[in-house]
Amino acid sequence: MISRREFTALSAFGAMTSFMAPLAFADAPTKKRLIFINLKGAMDGLHALAPYADSDYRKLRPTLGLGFPGTDKGVLDLDGSFGLHPALTAFQSLYRSKELLFVPAVSTQYRRRSHFEAQNMLEGGGASPYQQKTGWLNRAIQQMGASPNRIGLSLGPTLPLIMQGQADVRTWSDSRLPEAGEDFLNRVSGLYDNDPILHKAFKQAYETETDPDSMKNMRLGNGRLELSMTAALSILKEKNAPRIAVIESGGWDTHFAQERRLGKLFRELGNSLALIKSELGPVWQDTVVMIVSEFGRTAAENGSNGTDHGTGGLAIMAGGNIKGGKIRGTWPGLSASALFSERDLAPSNQLEGLFMSTLVHHIGLTENQVADHVFPSINNIKMMEDLYH
Amino acid sequence: MRMLPSRVLIATNRFGLGANSFDVLKAQSNPKKWLHDQISSTKIEPEIPSKLPSSDQILLESYLSRGIKDEDKKQDIRKIRRKQFYGALSARLKNQIKTEHPFAERLVMFWSNHFTVSRTRGIIGPAIPAYENEAIRPHIFGPFEDMLLSVVQHPCMLIYLDNISSIGPNSLQGKRRGKDLNENLAREILELHTIGAQGGYTQADVTNFAKIITGWTVARKRKNARRQKTPPGNFMFNNRVHEPGEQILLGQTFRQNGQAQGIEALKHISRHPSTAKFIATKLVRHFVNDNPPAQAVEKIERVFKSTNGNLAKVSHALIDLDEAWDDTGTKVKSPEELVISTLRALYDDGLTALPPRRFLFPALKTMGQDIFHAPSPAGWPDEAEKWISPESLKHRIEWVRAISQYSSLSSQPLDVFANTIAPFTTDDIQKLIKGAPSREDGLALIFASPAFQRR
Repeated sequence: MISRREFTALSAFGAMTSFMAPLAFADAPTKKRLIFINLKGAMDGLHALAPYADSDYRKLRPTLGLGFPGTDKGVLDLDGSFGLHPALTAFQSLYRSKELLFVPAVSTQYRRRSHFEAQNMLEGGGASPYQQKTGWLNRAIQQMGASPNRIGLSLGPTLPLIMQGQADVRTWSDSRLPEAGEDFLNRVSGLYDNDPILHKAFKQAYETETDPDSMKNMRLGNGRLELSMTAALSILKEKNAPRIAVIESGGWDTHFAQERRLGKLFRELGNSLALIKSELGPVWQDTVVMIVSEFGRTAAENGSNGTDHGTGGLAIMAGGNIKGGKIRGTWPGLSASALFSERDLAPSNQLEGLFMSTLVHHIGLTENQVADHVFPSINNIKMMEDLYH
Repeated sequence: MRMLPSRVLIATNRFGLGANSFDVLKAQSNPKKWLHDQISSTKIEPEIPSKLPSSDQILLESYLSRGIKDEDKKQDIRKIRRKQFYGALSARLKNQIKTEHPFAERLVMFWSNHFTVSRTRGIIGPAIPAYENEAIRPHIFGPFEDMLLSVVQHPCMLIYLDNISSIGPNSLQGKRRGKDLNENLAREILELHTIGAQGGYTQADVTNFAKIITGWTVARKRKNARRQKTPPGNFMFNNRVHEPGEQILLGQTFRQNGQAQGIEALKHISRHPSTAKFIATKLVRHFVNDNPPAQAVEKIERVFKSTNGNLAKVSHALIDLDEAWDDTGTKVKSPEELVISTLRALYDDGLTALPPRRFLFPALKTMGQDIFHAPSPAGWPDEAEKWISPESLKHRIEWVRAISQYSSLSSQPLDVFANTIAPFTTDDIQKLIKGAPSREDGLALIFASPAFQRR
């Protein structure tokens, strides 16, 4: 029992129950969807999409190099010169139905080889590491209309930089802890008024749509992409679902035993992509899936059947509205003189150019909005044209 | 209500692992002295020793079990190893709760996170608590270079960052088998452990440093045990994979042969001015503010440089930073700090047993910090916005409510409040805690409050 005096003290904190009421979700400003898959640790693009017919490739990768099509563990051929890792069958079929394209030799503005600086630039969208304090997708969401809150979705207990910023983002993570209960939350709501960080997080955590019942059995696992994707998709299938989702996947830093490890990861990645298409049904027509990584890996294999940090990587885009079935951008080749710093696939294509194209041609922002508000510190973005129908 | 001076609680919360009546009793006459006295020239032994075997034994078992084909037997081994690992985590947590030198234990956590090895590399997982005790704990008040050398010669680090498979291309084995370098460890030592990414090194430095430490590896079990000089699972230098010849690193030429080349190079790196700055920045971020004030960083940097990285002197200097005592509550606790400090406050009358395990390590994972499972060699972050999101705060609130049901009966909210956060809260919050419908909810509200979520 609380005494009358104490009750008055409690009520002094104002709207004790109103914070529990879900916010009405304003109509989303677009029906278009973007699912951004961040492969953390630097995916070896040359092991996903291999220039298998190139003799330089064979020289650089005597052990790791993928075989010719039709041979044991050979590539899935795409066009007679490039082929996919055999675990990427899901990519091959979407490529054939012209719903998936590749941009190899792609990179942000970053030219050194630290994961953490590179990830910061990939997610912050700055011209140098740690220049931007918020994420470029959050800044893009803020440009999307009058009510930018809860257009973004992120999984896991913490928010990745790419989704940090002014726009509130819907979040979900699994928990086996018992719920705190309404009475307790009412009391807690009075605690955070003078602490901006905790106050904002608390408001967002509880002023929210309730998660669908299906989420109760969902687990995030240890960063396993298929589990996260299954969880994300059950939210993305809701009626007024978030429009822009970020999903992270780890384990791509393959300094050793690359073939065994990437085989598993590629299979998960392919399955996840297939899952998106089948689960979203007709919404697939309005969806683009963007798969990127902070940088590529060395063109040559290292001493432990792996590869070290490199520069030019690989971006993959898929969706119903993509002009797929193509390998886009400039291919610099793997000859000794073509390599960047005599070791990496050259960064011939600009990752920010793909981002800009997606925000303009898919999401519907203007070029000026993107240049001035999403990537204000990068002044030489060349938008890659003709990616969308 | 009795009100403790805030300096007592800054010492116990910010520098220690969370205030309770024991701490407060010892710290209250002279909080700074209480901290200075925890700096010791002898190794700080855990008060709760874990029964965990040493890392070489664990690693040897792991290597041996790789050959086992029988699935049942494999499962059994996995079970034993899990039990061992969580047993070690429980002992570690108990020690963090009961310790009488929480500042020293905080530094063990800081340095073991600085030199992160992670369960992301499965084979070293069970050995990580042993790694912390063997490579980190003995050196927290010694010269920084001793800790660096001990980490880089520890099997867990050599496996975690792949140095065991780095082979000098012109070494005996490199030439015979056409094998090459793996630069992972060399790069992360420069970037994460010493100089820092902005500290001024080049790709050539990374490559040359990788060459210098080729041959730093872990002894495998050999068929002919009599020919085995180093017991398996231990560090060894293997000259057959070491890249011969002199190397230039950070402008200095290293002409030594064999292992001495790496030792000299690591000493050189630990004395590099960028290392002093990098370490000072990270320490000040931990003890003062997410945005480390430049003046405070300079003070620590100067001590680090002038003492060649004497970590006892550096730790004394941290206690003496005015900035650390001026502005309180600037740091949001990590989930691990929250769990430790809550349990320290809850078990004020002495800990007999830990709460059920599901409210410990799985709960930490839910709050975003799966112990010894940092996602990358950069370790856990040390900034508020990396820890607080709507989801993580929700789980923190769920956790404090759940854990408060497990308090010892003598923990009374107002005592706990007075002994932990009273000077840092508003009257409103105090009223809320007083108005709680039960003892447990009163405690949970203390732990959920901003002053307790911060330090």
